[in-house]
Amino acid sequence: MTAPAKVPAAIVGPGNIGTDLLAKLARSARIEVTAMVGVVESEGLDRARAMGVPASAEGVDWLLRQDPLPRIVFEATSAKAHAANAPRYEQAGIRAIDLTPAHLGPMVCPAVNMPEHLDAPNVNMITCGGQATIPIVAAVSQVVPVAYAEIVASAASRSAGPGTRANIDEFTQTTARAVEEVGGAERGKAIIILNPVEPPMIMRDTVFCSLPPDADHDAVAASVHRMVERVQQYVPGYTLRAEPQFDPPTDTWGGRGRVAVFLEVKGNGDFLPEYAGNLDIMTAAAAQVGELVAAEMEVAA
Amino acid sequence: MSRPEIRHDVRITDTTLRDGSHAQAHQFTVEQVRDTVRALDRAGVEVIEVTHGDGLGGSSFNYGFSHTSELELIAAAREEATQARIAVLLVPGIGTVDDLRRARDAGADVVRVATHCTEADVSPQHFGVARDLGMETVGFLMMAHRTSPEDLAKQARIMVDAGCQCPYVTDSAGALLMHDARARFEALLAEVGDEAWVGYHGHQNLSLGVANSVIAAEVGVKEIDGSLCALGAGSGNSPTEVLAAVFDRMGIATGLDVTALLDAAEDVVRPYLHRWPKMDRNAITQGWAGVYSSFLLHAEHAGERYKVPVPDILRRCGELGLVGGQEDMIIDIALELAREREQG
Repeated sequence: MTAPAKVPAAIVGPGNIGTDLLAKLARSARIEVTAMVGVVESEGLDRARAMGVPASAEGVDWLLRQDPLPRIVFEATSAKAHAANAPRYEQAGIRAIDLTPAHLGPMVCPAVNMPEHLDAPNVNMITCGGQATIPIVAAVSQVVPVAYAEIVASAASRSAGPGTRANIDEFTQTTARAVEEVGGAERGKAIIILNPVEPPMIMRDTVFCSLPPDADHDAVAASVHRMVERVQQYVPGYTLRAEPQFDPPTDTWGGRGRVAVFLEVKGNGDFLPEYAGNLDIMTAAAAQVGELVAAEMEVAA
Repeated sequence: MSRPEIRHDVRITDTTLRDGSHAQAHQFTVEQVRDTVRALDRAGVEVIEVTHGDGLGGSSFNYGFSHTSELELIAAAREEATQARIAVLLVPGIGTVDDLRRARDAGADVVRVATHCTEADVSPQHFGVARDLGMETVGFLMMAHRTSPEDLAKQARIMVDAGCQCPYVTDSAGALLMHDARARFEALLAEVGDEAWVGYHGHQNLSLGVANSVIAAEVGVKEIDGSLCALGAGSGNSPTEVLAAVFDRMGIATGLDVTALLDAAEDVVRPYLHRWPKMDRNAITQGWAGVYSSFLLHAEHAGERYKVPVPDILRRCGELGLVGGQEDMIIDIALELAREREQG
């Protein structure tokens, strides 16, 4: 029996994210990147060509002229560009995995809610901090009701590009919403800190969840460990810095207790540097969503 | 864009009700805020900052939950002030422009947008909205000891171009020695002095907040921060009542009534202090190792919980180059130190 043909996919946006994603997808057994698309000639397009991937600076117009068309497109451009491109993908029957902050489709985290959205024409990868922390919120809320969850993402200054910096509120607001909608907390809050220390710090994330006074700590900890293993399947550098820390209920926390989970996200060093775990977890999660979508396509075929 | 009028040689902003929130573990009550604002307003203080210690939206697990919503405290302050303007702190990454709009609605007149000293380019969004809301704007370049005077001036330029009327040399760690402080004041004045004021926010961890304020006034810094009873993070801020007395002796006009401020510190603030910030082993370590002053209570708590010496935690914070807002890392460091101890 021969292996099924790989699902053809395109990456739109040949910047650092797109290039790192290409490196990850080059290892995929299910997906073959058949096009890298930009709007101007760039190093990213040259890098793709050097890997034997057809690349064009003629944008989505060029992409949609290809025969056969890709079945999946990974968008690593900007929210504005994706908003313009998304209807064209959908019209052409191409599934979109959106790494921009456009938020046209449901917010997804592969370890948490991807099965629910396998058929969605467009899915959004939330934020880097969200990809790192929402699995933990979900792990806790699978065991006990979480009235409030808060995440703190610390990233190396060098890994935060001008887009993130110009609209940092977008990160805190979107991530907070995803902590609720995807993580399952009743109320969510997100904080992001950029640290310029040299050599650059590896991405760090902390997740705080409130707990009912009678929460089973062992069950919560076990759920967190299981979830870390799930995320490690697509982000090998995703680790706990310490065992989950439990604090007893206090009045200042409205009579609730707390669990604190300390994470480190070391990138795979494919194209992006290892410290940029915040960017790596986006490309790794997007690649994983692509794998799941491609697997579903194989089944459907 | 014009800069606000400053009526005296130097304008003092009092941050008892914002930086002091750290020392009070964010437990300020409406009554304490009303009493303090009334006293400061009467003593001639023109700008009074009222916010959670970590700025708008700071009420959290990471920094500590507020006893009373900051919006309620801002509204109370606004009601009490007759001539003073009410300022709020906003740290992008923690608070958002939505928080700013709510604070404006509650009565805030001035916003102080704070970033780490090398990350000013996260602030233009917030300055833009602040100007649209008609607010006076200040820019805090925090942990100013962590970058060179030249680079600090470039960051001040980013803020001013975005609508900031007064970038501050913000010595969050109380780590700037006098020549370091002077070099930064002069660099900022040279870069933006023609179009914006320059400010200074000091901490007393190495006992230099007041001394640096004197240098600031001498070289042309126009806005200087203080707190009654030094109430602030670490060993506290330059005491407002001391600044008033020192500037009075120097013949530098501030518009402040020294006696009224001494009374305010003694009769209004002292009775409600949870702790009178002082230069103890931990706070001095912060100035010495260049650690964000707000880490103090968090490090003390983690030290107690995980049975590790607080100065060790703080020194590790300095070695790792932690910046403001990374309070969560203190627990992580305490756990690491506890593990290292176990392993001998």
